[in-house]
Amino acid sequence: MVPLPYYLVLSGILFACGVTGFLIKRNIITIFMSIELMLNGVNLSFVAFAAHWHALSGHVFVFFVMVVAAAEAAVGLAIIIAVYRTRETLNVDQVNLLKL
Amino acid sequence: MIHWVIFVVFGAISVAGAINLLAQRHPINSALSLIAVLASLAVEYLLLGAEFVAAVQVIVYAGAIMVLFVFTIMLLNAGEEERTRGSRVAIMFGIPGMLAGSVLIAWILLRYSGTSSVGIGPLLGSPSLIAPLLFHDFLLPFEVTSVLILIAIMGAVVLASREPAPPPGPRGER
Repeated sequence: MVPLPYYLVLSGILFACGVTGFLIKRNIITIFMSIELMLNGVNLSFVAFAAHWHALSGHVFVFFVMVVAAAEAAVGLAIIIAVYRTRETLNVDQVNLLKL
Repeated sequence: MIHWVIFVVFGAISVAGAINLLAQRHPINSALSLIAVLASLAVEYLLLGAEFVAAVQVIVYAGAIMVLFVFTIMLLNAGEEERTRGSRVAIMFGIPGMLAGSVLIAWILLRYSGTSSVGIGPLLGSPSLIAPLLFHDFLLPFEVTSVLILIAIMGAVVLASREPAPPPGPRGER
């Protein structure tokens, strides 16, 4: 039996890696992947708490998080494609104007 | 004992994949290591008895979403990212800050939580147990997600579609 805090620590480490990637990466697609990593860290803590309290609502919440992540990926990647079409770059340092 | 072995092995794989995601310069390598993270997290879910969530994780996340990412990376010909002054400053302050934050969180969690433990019981989240929740208790949110998906699809189509050719005139040379 693995104690609950170990799962929470693992999820915290994954979330921290996601935040770090969000801060230090300069490629817009990699930043987006870091956001997915953060969502997965939170999902792990949802499932761990669901197993701890024997409450299935946590699993349903993970399902909803995945649905929102899928919608976010679709819209976000479309935005990235639109940005690349107008700027010809994926570096966020060069994408600093709202309107060209 | 076997729980510990599985937890440690796949937890180590997921953390190594997450760190590799940060270390790689090319986005396709980051995407592949993110797939490794997602797959090992699916094993952790299975360890926690979340059968349905593990299956959905592999199918939706590691399957659909990551295919979308890899497809976009290849479509846009994304190359290696270049380091700029801003990114060096972010690395200098970001990594120590996040290390300190995660150590603090881990210390608090391990210090102030009791000896409660989680392990494989009967498979807790089998689809037949999830279904009544999803289609009865959470019916309204479930239906709202379908509207959300529909709006997201329409938004993606509108955003990614090419603009119509600009009319001749002052903007014609674009």
